[in-house]
Amino acid sequence: MKKISFKKIIKDPYLAIGILIMGLVLLMIIVGFFWTPYDPTKMSASEKLQGISLRHIMGTDNMGRDVFSRVMYGSRVTLLIAMGTIIIGAGLGTIIGAVTGYYGGVIDEVAMRIIDALFAFPSILLALVIVSVFGVGWMQLVVSLGIAFVPSFARIVRGEVLRCKDMDYIQNARLQGVGSLRMIFVHILPNIKGVLASSILIGFNNAVLAEAGLSYLGVGSQPPYASLGRMLSDAQQYMFTRPSYVMCPGIVIVLMVLGFAFLGEGIKRWE
Amino acid sequence: MGIILDVTDLHIEFHDHDAPETAVEDFDLMLAKGEIVGIVGESGSGKSMSALAIAGLLNRHAISKTGKIMFQGQDLLTCDRKTLRSFQGDEISIIFQEPMTSLNPVKRIGWQVEEPLKIHHPEIKKAERKKRAIEMLHAVGLDNAEDVYYMYPHELSGGMRQRVMIASAMIGNPQILIADEPTTALDVTVQAQIVELLKTLNREMGTSIIFISHDLSLVSQLCERVIVMQKGNIVESGYTKDVFTHPIDSYTKKLIAAIPKIDL
Repeated sequence: MKKISFKKIIKDPYLAIGILIMGLVLLMIIVGFFWTPYDPTKMSASEKLQGISLRHIMGTDNMGRDVFSRVMYGSRVTLLIAMGTIIIGAGLGTIIGAVTGYYGGVIDEVAMRIIDALFAFPSILLALVIVSVFGVGWMQLVVSLGIAFVPSFARIVRGEVLRCKDMDYIQNARLQGVGSLRMIFVHILPNIKGVLASSILIGFNNAVLAEAGLSYLGVGSQPPYASLGRMLSDAQQYMFTRPSYVMCPGIVIVLMVLGFAFLGEGIKRWE
Repeated sequence: MGIILDVTDLHIEFHDHDAPETAVEDFDLMLAKGEIVGIVGESGSGKSMSALAIAGLLNRHAISKTGKIMFQGQDLLTCDRKTLRSFQGDEISIIFQEPMTSLNPVKRIGWQVEEPLKIHHPEIKKAERKKRAIEMLHAVGLDNAEDVYYMYPHELSGGMRQRVMIASAMIGNPQILIADEPTTALDVTVQAQIVELLKTLNREMGTSIIFISHDLSLVSQLCERVIVMQKGNIVESGYTKDVFTHPIDSYTKKLIAAIPKIDL
């Protein structure tokens, strides 16, 4: 266990850059909770599709709404959806992976074949199927993406638990009379938290991209509310007349993904 | 003195391959309270297998066990898992030969020493647990027990880790301590210290010890009685003094002749 110190963080460029980027994005999102330059849903016919200016630092969209305000609001929606996805996906995936890896045998075989079947679907397709059954909306999106993310987490955790459970200290704990549940959650899981942390951050990336993708396809958050993917989909027909409209939300998505990737890499090196 | 552990006719067979392989045959052991018994033999002689069976760690399906291991009126081979688990770590403890890997790397020493108490005596309060853990760390010869309590395993040397393992095994004040080659991975001076420690604990806490080793000189220092095993069978057993001075079996004679002596 290394102690966390400012100096060490600065020394590792991955961690430093990751924290910097995520800090900026989070700052923008948190400020967006209390204040945005304009109302993100207020339209104005006289200010349609304006370019970057001091009045509208990211310009305006096809309905005269301020793009920066919408980006602030939209990144919040995107981030919350990604978080919900990870909570469901990583939570369920960790439990399934830990239990199957620890017990093995029939439970393992059955659960892993189901996971294999889930794996066979592209996650976007799986999410689309769930959304088409349960309807459109951000809750449905979170649940469907969450389920789509379960297999990869289950796989990763299962592998780590398999590696861990034959360690001497686990055998030793078993001889002290430690029960199965306590063994899994108190003795084994803390040993794989490093791997889990970096896969959660990578998962965040995929969740942000999947949310953007699904919103782009029109099954995410509904107008007039913004999410980054939604904005991209609205903006695509103005790509050549007003490139700033599509660039700005796009750049924020790239920043988010990069930030998470750097953080994940940084944490992996930290361990 | 009362007999606390009575093993009769223990057979252990592996069924991993087509033909069953016998690991231990006709193993008998009577352990009196406060006694130290040594089991010696070469690698693969079945000494660890017998010990693991007594500790209840052999419950893979591919292993068949017959015979009786009587402890506190229960046969450890046939009793249900719950009973077995209630003994493990509390009444019967075991320490292994690999102190370097036997401690969980992400948990503090104090947490690990307390673990058997948390499982078997959840009624004991946190402050009391900590007090007992620190006392136990002192008892195994760690002078800076208060500091060690908050350390992680990687901050300790092999000898210190083995002391921590012993502290963790002894905190529930077990009836039986099984020491499966506890000193093999340690250097010679530390070996002697650990043997001294086991002797002290045996004297002060009255714990019976089954000491498994291939090091005859350690066994002769520590044990009152000794069992010599070869290829799964007991070839000789008796008081250490008699066995070492008048070995009957040819294998025992060979083992004793193989003790390195320093001739200058």
